[in-house]
Amino acid sequence: MKTILTGNHAVAYAVKLSRVKVVSAYPITPQTTIVEKIAEMIAKGEMDAEFVNVESEHSALSVVYGSALAGLRSFTATSSHGLLYMYEMCWWVSNSRLPLVMAVVTRTIGPPWNIHTDHTDLMTLRDSGWIIAMAENAQEALDLTIQSFKISESLNLPFAVGLDAFVVSHTAEVVDVPDQETVDEFLPERKQAYRVDPNDVFAVGNIADNLETMRMRREMALDMEKAKGVIDEVGREFGEIFGRRYGLVEEYMVDDAEYIVVMTGAWSGDAKEAVDILRKRGIQIGLLKLRYIRPFPREVIERFDDRKILVVDRSFSMGHRGTLGIEVGNVVDCKNVVAGLCGVDVGFEDFKEMFERFVRGELGEVEWWI
Amino acid sequence: MDLRCVLLPGNPSCQGCPHAIGLKALSVLENPIVVVPAGCTTIIAGFNPKQSIDLPVVHVPFASAPAVACGLSKAYDNVVVWMGDGATDIGFSTLSGSAIRNDNILVVVSDNEAYMNTGIQMSGTTFWKAKTTTTPAGKREEKKDLALIMLMHRIPYVATASVGYMRDFVRKVKKASKIKGFKFIHLHSPCPPGWRFDSSKTVEVARMAVKSGAWILWEYDGSFRITGMSRMFRDKSKRIPLTEYLRVQGRFKGLTEEDVRTIEERIDEVWKLLDVLENTINKA
Repeated sequence: MKTILTGNHAVAYAVKLSRVKVVSAYPITPQTTIVEKIAEMIAKGEMDAEFVNVESEHSALSVVYGSALAGLRSFTATSSHGLLYMYEMCWWVSNSRLPLVMAVVTRTIGPPWNIHTDHTDLMTLRDSGWIIAMAENAQEALDLTIQSFKISESLNLPFAVGLDAFVVSHTAEVVDVPDQETVDEFLPERKQAYRVDPNDVFAVGNIADNLETMRMRREMALDMEKAKGVIDEVGREFGEIFGRRYGLVEEYMVDDAEYIVVMTGAWSGDAKEAVDILRKRGIQIGLLKLRYIRPFPREVIERFDDRKILVVDRSFSMGHRGTLGIEVGNVVDCKNVVAGLCGVDVGFEDFKEMFERFVRGELGEVEWWI
Repeated sequence: MDLRCVLLPGNPSCQGCPHAIGLKALSVLENPIVVVPAGCTTIIAGFNPKQSIDLPVVHVPFASAPAVACGLSKAYDNVVVWMGDGATDIGFSTLSGSAIRNDNILVVVSDNEAYMNTGIQMSGTTFWKAKTTTTPAGKREEKKDLALIMLMHRIPYVATASVGYMRDFVRKVKKASKIKGFKFIHLHSPCPPGWRFDSSKTVEVARMAVKSGAWILWEYDGSFRITGMSRMFRDKSKRIPLTEYLRVQGRFKGLTEEDVRTIEERIDEVWKLLDVLENTINKA
């Protein structure tokens, strides 16, 4: 059914359609309307789940860690400082190899206080063992959330669905909301490698031998590599059922492109407009949208090592380059523009000018678009 | 008392460890899951793939335990948090939040009055003037009364207990397990290396705390009452001298007579307060 939804409400509906059993969250702008909507659906009896109000994000993730450990499909959502406050638990969840899903509505980290989008918060999860996806719009937020449960539960790795503050979270768009039956067909009942059971005497997380612990990390690293295939397979299957195909990346006019822009998130839409304009002028430019930051689509990027590549970043690693600039730069040579930090608006005209300068060879190694 | 030994032989607890005594009480619970945040019990529970606690145990970060237990309680009854005063300090908002929600869990704080697992550092429940490695001249601040703070959360069950009086503690655990909602037991757990007394004297020191009136056994289940041995120590003349309890512990070495008098006055204040509670919160 096509309807008009904000990105946050799209996530909320996806959580309902995924038959989540436990939701716990602490409010933070711009995440709050996700869990308000879920709380409302539960209160109205439209959604069969338990909503746990907590006093902090640390506890929000702790609660869903507990419920996921007990075998219940679980969800939380946060932003920025909330993510940082629960950071310890993020690692505990992933190192426990526990499937669960969290929406991260990307928001600038203070000070000064700022509620607008940049991707620095989400990027702090990179090393932790979470699968990290980034939605471009409300439809993708809904679709990725539904897929996230399947992917997370196939790999026993937690999954963070990122969406940009306000640009996606609070912007109402036409969204195709699938019906429950079709989602049920796509998403089976929860499965997980292990769960805690009162009748089964075993310990979770107790001190282990160093070598054994390192072996567990290697297993995780291998499964993260395996995730690439699973993500593409689940995205293909999703496409067959719902008509919208997903995968690690979205390739926009890249096949014959001499110049390729790599980026992630909501502003990819504006960048595509700029690509269209340059294409009309005969410039062979394309856009590679990273739908996933982890696992990192290294093999896809390697395919383009004979092209000129520009990475546009909405997060920065102090003392180095833009975060994705580092990531992509590890695979291929690239220029790096850092833009839109702290919610600074970047529209298609900025992208047009940026890409023109890129094509003319005017961009330095790292440029701040400011 | 029919207590199954849920803590298996060969576990790595110190000699005279109060947790090793207290943990036995969990054997009266039916199919419990035990949530353990970082602390001495993390070590006592043993190394993977073996474990010394003969129950399902979930090890979790310091400040998360009651919240993880809350999540588990969505699927199971009899979820127990076994934590120390350290996890209580760092995770106090977690504990308070869980109590406010009235999560269906039992929280036992086995309180040895300092951060013992990291090597005897001051905690919120460390006694005034007690020496720890971070208060080598003695703690300057008062101890917080955890159980009374939890009582003010209006949860269905709150109690204090002592490893010196296991019958009383076990009765309270049993009682708590039959109540739906948030249950809290504050267990007094004298620590031989931390308090500097001989490891053969854990139970004796725990009992001295009660007999001197310094630790008071009580419970609230809708009504508030002093329980067990503490009932007879309402009468101050029946108590042993406070100095007997303090002098047996190395951490109180160098207390002046005035210090002891001050401690005694503060203990008297607590008794007065509990007396008011017993006479006020009384459904009978």
